[in-house]
Amino acid sequence: MSINHIRPLSALREGQTAQVSSLLSGGSMRRRLQDIGFIEGTQVECVQKSPAGDPVAYRVRGALIALRSEDSAKVLVTG
Amino acid sequence: MGLTNESVGRAAADSGLVIHKQRDSDRVIALAGNPNVGKSTVFNALTGLNQHTGNWPGKTVSNAQGYCEYGGQGYIMVDIPGCYSLMAHSAEEEVARDFICYGQPDGVIVVCDATCLERNLNLVLQTMEISPRVVVCVNLMDEARRKGISLNVPLLSERLGAPVVCTEARGKKGLKKLMQTMGKLLREEVPRQPVQTEYIAPIEEAAAMLEAVLEREDIRTLPPRWLALRLLDRDESLLKGLEEFLGRDILECPELREALEQAEALLNAHGLAREQRLDSIVSSLVHRAEEICRGAVLRSHPFQEERDRKIDRILTSKRTGFPVMLLLLAAVFWLTITGANYPSKLLSKGLFGLQEYLSQALQYLGAPGWLENLLADGVYRTLAWVVSVMLPPMAIFFPLFTLLEDLGYLPRVAFNLDKYFKKCSACGKQALTMCMGFGCNAAGIVGCRIIDSPRERLIAMLTNNFVPCNGRFPTLIAILTMFFIGTGTGLLPSAACALLLTGVILLGVGMTFLSSKLLSMTVLKGVPSSFTLELPPYRRPQIGKTIVRSIFDRTLFVLGRAVSVAAPAGLVIWLMANVTLGGQSLLAHCSGFLDPLGRFLGMDGVILLAFILGFPANEIVVPVMLMAYMSAGTLMDYESLDALRMVLVQNGWNWITAVCVMLFSLFHWPCSTTCITIYKETKSWKWTAASMVLPTMAGVIFCAVFANLARLILN
Repeated sequence: MSINHIRPLSALREGQTAQVSSLLSGGSMRRRLQDIGFIEGTQVECVQKSPAGDPVAYRVRGALIALRSEDSAKVLVTG
Repeated sequence: MGLTNESVGRAAADSGLVIHKQRDSDRVIALAGNPNVGKSTVFNALTGLNQHTGNWPGKTVSNAQGYCEYGGQGYIMVDIPGCYSLMAHSAEEEVARDFICYGQPDGVIVVCDATCLERNLNLVLQTMEISPRVVVCVNLMDEARRKGISLNVPLLSERLGAPVVCTEARGKKGLKKLMQTMGKLLREEVPRQPVQTEYIAPIEEAAAMLEAVLEREDIRTLPPRWLALRLLDRDESLLKGLEEFLGRDILECPELREALEQAEALLNAHGLAREQRLDSIVSSLVHRAEEICRGAVLRSHPFQEERDRKIDRILTSKRTGFPVMLLLLAAVFWLTITGANYPSKLLSKGLFGLQEYLSQALQYLGAPGWLENLLADGVYRTLAWVVSVMLPPMAIFFPLFTLLEDLGYLPRVAFNLDKYFKKCSACGKQALTMCMGFGCNAAGIVGCRIIDSPRERLIAMLTNNFVPCNGRFPTLIAILTMFFIGTGTGLLPSAACALLLTGVILLGVGMTFLSSKLLSMTVLKGVPSSFTLELPPYRRPQIGKTIVRSIFDRTLFVLGRAVSVAAPAGLVIWLMANVTLGGQSLLAHCSGFLDPLGRFLGMDGVILLAFILGFPANEIVVPVMLMAYMSAGTLMDYESLDALRMVLVQNGWNWITAVCVMLFSLFHWPCSTTCITIYKETKSWKWTAASMVLPTMAGVIFCAVFANLARLILN
């Protein structure tokens, strides 16, 4: 897989890391994601899936944030 | 620290904030910060109050105030809800933002989490745009040290242009310095200018155009630069607050409107529509935070959090997540049931023994016979029932629940259950408010403010009552013990009782899901909205303090309710039983009237009456029921649950009655406090009525179907 391959955050498997490239969500969710640090270039790690497989917990700028698959699909990452 | 007197009951319903100064010279300090950084702990440590704290984001949903004195200066500390940003997205963030922006605090302390300072600085930078007197309080230094994080405080302070103080609020370290620093800042004649975040050139240029006009306008204490930027954001709710604050619509000023149009044109020419402007502003803030931390926040080793991951793998993994959740629930119930046994017996012995003396004392004082009966048999006895049967399980369940909360388990419950809430088109944070409901439904309702979407918030509020609150657990436990387990002591009966109770609770949780789904499909149609759920690091609960504090709180709370609600209820029951009308007591009239309906629901008129009279507080339902039965004939003292069972059986109870009473206890209208809270939160009688009708309908259907089927099968 090439380093610059762009894919949704939801495609990450547990333990994988990638960099945020852009946000597709709009409105207040976009703001919220930016507030907690989902900015271009930010490193994100997929840490743990919940028992039902969704949501998934991601590590971003030192905090653990759970996102539903619909929302993590709207965060594009590379690497 | 978990639910406390201040967070449950009537206090929970009170959300307005009026600053109460003791002296005119008192200064008002806002405590801001990201969710779950220990703001409330700082607040408690400073003010000596017991604002509820808990290890989950969003614990504080409304402003609270307290008083403290440092160096001869009085301070009114205002604990505001946690927020990531002043560009608010949710109701509780709006509360926070409006207080910082329009509440005109003399100073702001922004509490930050030392373990992820960089993210916290976003709020610091935004706050510095509006308030010149900001002290950055870097809390949780102990946790940071454990994670191998060290800070260069002078460098941080210099880069921010604001004082930085490190604290460990739980150990009360650094707080004196924090207040000294704030005091010094407030005494400065000319407020210092915090270093402002610079945005990209077109935004700066556009802001400058507005600033020029705003400097000539009366905008009270608001900094022109901040207001200029916000006008460019066009945040509706912020502008509404602004209009209220200024008492006029500032956009009516033609000069400003013109400047705004020009600024807009400039930004649009640079391809910066509203969305892109906000993007750019947020990303400038985040990048500046990154720069500030660069070289000032040092990690001796990369994220050392293996312990947390290990715990998470047990509490939230596919294999063990749900089993552990059920096990924990059952364990909490088991401890509650087992632990309540002994104090319950002791209390009843003591309290019912005292009744004799009370009667004698009243006789000695020459009280007429009816008064003696009224006070001793009516008021005192009901009080004694509430205290001896209801208090012990409540006083034990509460601290256990609080310990789980302090540990950081509740967000994990939300994490585990979110998928199912999503299937019901509801918000995963509803799991948090549902858990709060176990403690107190009114507190659960207020907690619903953490849910951003109004539709999902309403669903959470309307269905909160499906989980039994602390005041209903003892009823369920007593009935389970009497009719299904037997009152023998030992491991087996209490374990069986805990399991059955878990089953009952699961039924409540199941109904929460079902009714959420039904609401989403009918009156509250909509798709699940987006949200982020932060999973905080696990924190070691302050076990001793929590237990002592919450037992004490619970005891006071229940005693308070016993006096204010149970005693009058006892009086009413006694009067109803002793005032006759047409040769029949009022009680008999009422219960007779309700009897057909009660029977149809597998219960009887007395039970229904008790539920109705229990509207002010659920914990008085069983005592009222017993008072009513006893006043009708056999008068006996409470010796044990066996004796209690005898009373019930003599009054026609069998296992069907027991099941129906449990079902109805689980599913009926919320208590009066909860109803008031729902009204305050929704400002709608319609939704308040709906929140009463929904669970009651469920109860009626469950009871009627169960009772009639069971009777059919038995006959």
